[in-house]
Amino acid sequence: MAGPGGDMQWCFSQVKGAIDDDVAEADIISTVEFNHTGELLATGDKGGRVVIFQQEIENKNPPQFRSEYNVYSTFQSHEPEFDYLKSLEIEEKINKIRWLPQKNAAQFLLSTNDKTIKLWKISERDKRPEGYNLKEEDGRYKDPNTITSLRVPVLIPMDLMVEASPRRVFANAHTYHINSISVNSDNETYLSADDLRINLWHLEITDRSFNIVDIKPANMEELTEVITAAEFHPHQCNTFVYSSSKGTIRLCDMRASALCDKHSKLFEEPEDPSNRSFFSEIISSISDVKFSHNGRYMMTRDYLSVKIWDLNMENRPVETYQVHEYLRSKLCSLYENDCIFDKFECCWNGNDSVVMTGSYNNFFRMFDRGHRRDVTLEASRENSKPMQVLKPRKVCAGGKRKKDEISVDSLDFNKKILHTAWHPQDNIIAVATTNNLYIFQDKVI
Amino acid sequence: RASEQNTEEKMISPEKAEEAKLKARYPNLGNKPGGSDLLRKRLQKGQKYFDSGDYNMAKAKIKNKQLPTAAPEKTEITGDHIPTPQDLPQRKTSLVTSKLAG
Repeated sequence: MAGPGGDMQWCFSQVKGAIDDDVAEADIISTVEFNHTGELLATGDKGGRVVIFQQEIENKNPPQFRSEYNVYSTFQSHEPEFDYLKSLEIEEKINKIRWLPQKNAAQFLLSTNDKTIKLWKISERDKRPEGYNLKEEDGRYKDPNTITSLRVPVLIPMDLMVEASPRRVFANAHTYHINSISVNSDNETYLSADDLRINLWHLEITDRSFNIVDIKPANMEELTEVITAAEFHPHQCNTFVYSSSKGTIRLCDMRASALCDKHSKLFEEPEDPSNRSFFSEIISSISDVKFSHNGRYMMTRDYLSVKIWDLNMENRPVETYQVHEYLRSKLCSLYENDCIFDKFECCWNGNDSVVMTGSYNNFFRMFDRGHRRDVTLEASRENSKPMQVLKPRKVCAGGKRKKDEISVDSLDFNKKILHTAWHPQDNIIAVATTNNLYIFQDKVI
Repeated sequence: RASEQNTEEKMISPEKAEEAKLKARYPNLGNKPGGSDLLRKRLQKGQKYFDSGDYNMAKAKIKNKQLPTAAPEKTEITGDHIPTPQDLPQRKTSLVTSKLAG
């Protein structure tokens, strides 16, 4: 796959997490997100914890560019709750993390579980005051009678301490389960979306939010589709999109009306009715939608494919990439083991030329839009020697299996890569397996 | 010409073949593909039903016999199954640091 200046060769850089096979549920990674500069990488897990890694660059000069992501901060973002009124168990699992663009020395991120969004401030402390008049160094108060002179406390350097504190809690605005949050380009508002509604918040105001989309039918028996993902346009602060379980994407303009139930654009690919099966709707359900960085395209992920849409063309995608078409003849068992409901995410590289998404057996796929090439790579401990180049993998759909190919029936469906992230500028990617985080980089950066 | 036509008729898409397999295993599967049942199941995630009155009455009725457990059916949405202490989720362990930070 060619990138600027030659073929991209992905090398192992780091892996985070425990090696043992016995995975505790709390350790299941549920979200991965780089911040806007790529210096910070955040993960959220099923146990409600957030771990932030910071990039430390060892060698700036290409082609020997080397960096390492090391733990910067870790905190408990959400805790399990029980809504007694509704007899509802609220999981602490972090569904999404979104970073705010940096405005001052501190970093801010939004993290959300099924019901509550929190704004976390992550700040550094590298100085501490010393020389109080009324207190000893260990904090004990001095006997005032022993004080004979006054001094001015001074700030002295100390070991870097990174502190995370919850600055806002946005609660009680969602009846259904939150699947997405998205920060507006205006840097003042953000949206949160659940299965049936989308709310608009102001980052400073926690006691109220505006409902901007409501698709709840008057009679729940008439429910035919739910909201699966939503995102603000990267530059147009009035525009956002939301995807549905029926494979449609609606683009809405907040200038048109207060309630954006009526879409401005409806993106849907026509389906051949003769091909329709019991599985059609399930596999057309969109699990993720992401705008390109340039704001001209959006990408959607459904069970078997990735589609690129031109915002100016509603009737069909401009590009469609098959992620694992060989699974089409396994849909029956994938329905029985619930894998057909797995929600894969997708992401763009910095210049929107390559897109990436995960698959099973710890495989992940990259599609080079310009060069019409794609590759399947694997995140595994077996390929984890420093700077080891990843070998492309191939799945044999049927017939004679070649050496080095893996047959569909040998794929491990418990090893899913649902979450991947691409550094905003460089060819560095973060790939989450069930409980491990892999970081890969291009051999030549 | 006739033989070509016959072959084409016999070729079913892999998706439809899978559908036939599923319908053979679950004849009760509704004709609403991906419809209300699945969606409502999704919306009800996390719902726990427990009424101590129902529980004690059910226990008294059955006396020494074991309480019936729910059949794991794909179409079942509401719980008419009375939870037993074995069914209730174990108390979660105390919060520990993520292994990613280790």
